Amino acid sequence: MPGLITMDDLSNDEIMSILDDAQRLLPVAEGRTYLPLLQGKILGNLFFEPSTRTRMSFETAMKRLGGDVVNLGDVKTSSVVKGETLYDTIQMVDGYTDIIAMRHPRQGAAQYAQDAARVPILNGGDGAGHHPTQTMLDLFTIRQAHGTLEGLKVILAGDLRYGRTVHSLSHALTRFGCELIFASPELLKMPAEIVNDLTKHGANVTETDELLGSIADADVVYMTRIQKERFADEDEYTKVAGAYKLHASNLEGAKENMIIMHPLPRVDEIHPSVDGTRHARYFQQAFNGVVARMALLCRLLGIKVPQTIADGGEA
Amino acid sequence: MAQEHNMRRVTAIRNGTVIDHIPSGQAMRVLEMLAIDKSTSVPVSMVMNVPSKKMGTKDIIKVEDRELNQDELNRLALVAPDARVAIIRAYSVAEKLTIELGDEVTNVVSCTFSNCITTNPREPLAHRLKVMSREPLELRCHYCGRPQDLEELIHNLL
Repeated sequence: MPGLITMDDLSNDEIMSILDDAQRLLPVAEGRTYLPLLQGKILGNLFFEPSTRTRMSFETAMKRLGGDVVNLGDVKTSSVVKGETLYDTIQMVDGYTDIIAMRHPRQGAAQYAQDAARVPILNGGDGAGHHPTQTMLDLFTIRQAHGTLEGLKVILAGDLRYGRTVHSLSHALTRFGCELIFASPELLKMPAEIVNDLTKHGANVTETDELLGSIADADVVYMTRIQKERFADEDEYTKVAGAYKLHASNLEGAKENMIIMHPLPRVDEIHPSVDGTRHARYFQQAFNGVVARMALLCRLLGIKVPQTIADGGEA
Repeated sequence: MAQEHNMRRVTAIRNGTVIDHIPSGQAMRVLEMLAIDKSTSVPVSMVMNVPSKKMGTKDIIKVEDRELNQDELNRLALVAPDARVAIIRAYSVAEKLTIELGDEVTNVVSCTFSNCITTNPREPLAHRLKVMSREPLELRCHYCGRPQDLEELIHNLL
């Protein structure tokens, strides 16, 4: 497998097998077991756009497995500002590292980088395009809570137009036969081309502008941030965004095992009162970014994750 | 009869290329795709909307003293995939060529999505569109994966 550019690079079996690897790596991700599977390997972190969780979790994943990381650093002080092409940057980092994690503002940049590189590229987000490592950690979180990915009822809520996270995730969930409910204001609806594509692939999709009414029989509620700058004026934003906020009191009729996820950062779409409920899973989800990326790094570098990993000490 | 009459609308050429069975109304685009414009010095004839048994109506182009090669002709796959092409030498058909649409259209047009990596002119890349379906024609950018609007795509000729 060369790299991971979109979720289409993975079959359903490969997804499940990587999630199994991630599950076994949990004690390593939590720092209870030392397992230097990637000792001697170097990850190049190329983030041409700001990133907190993705960049830090890649770095943590690599270091927990005994590997090392080199960073592009701030784009404003790197050779990019001198006008270096992405092609040249990739040629250079390709020589320095064994694998590259990359985020870029332009859609298609990850595929372009993969065409130019010898080492595998992990797409950490390209414009409004794909973010497959986020999708893998989302799938891991859902499976961790429900024991399966199949046949679940999943609400994706908020900004479904611009969010690459929800685009990649809805494609992946469709492959596992999940029922999808897209709850968003008219302005931020899931793009029609994506809905068509999902339907063509057999998805059961419902679109609504009503979030709270759908919660009672959902297995997963995936919240996203609605950004003020998408609206013409502040009043319009306040009016619309208010309908896509969750408070603990909204969850009373929810299923016992329903989980609330969010790719973070949140602003005020999930009230802190939700944090203490059994439904809140977003911080666990952010942690799962480490373990999912550990499994992906091993897979792309051709390193087998042992079938049994001791919990505690040296594995 | 119709065929004969069409050919008489413009004089027979001694040497050059005849492109027949162009969908009605696409001849101007074909010229554009072949970079035939006011800077072209050889005689070029074009008829539009003439009767065709197979197509109802069609366009025909004749380019004198220039033999278009297969690569040039393959560019036409986007607007005239079923066009028939004859190379004429001394008033006779010397060669018949067909337009071939492969699995990918490379360096003919650029992706129409404004935020695609291919819109950076400094990147040394090939413009690659993958052919997802031939009928109807569906193309997706190799890099950003966006489906391409064929009407819009014509404005992105390289």
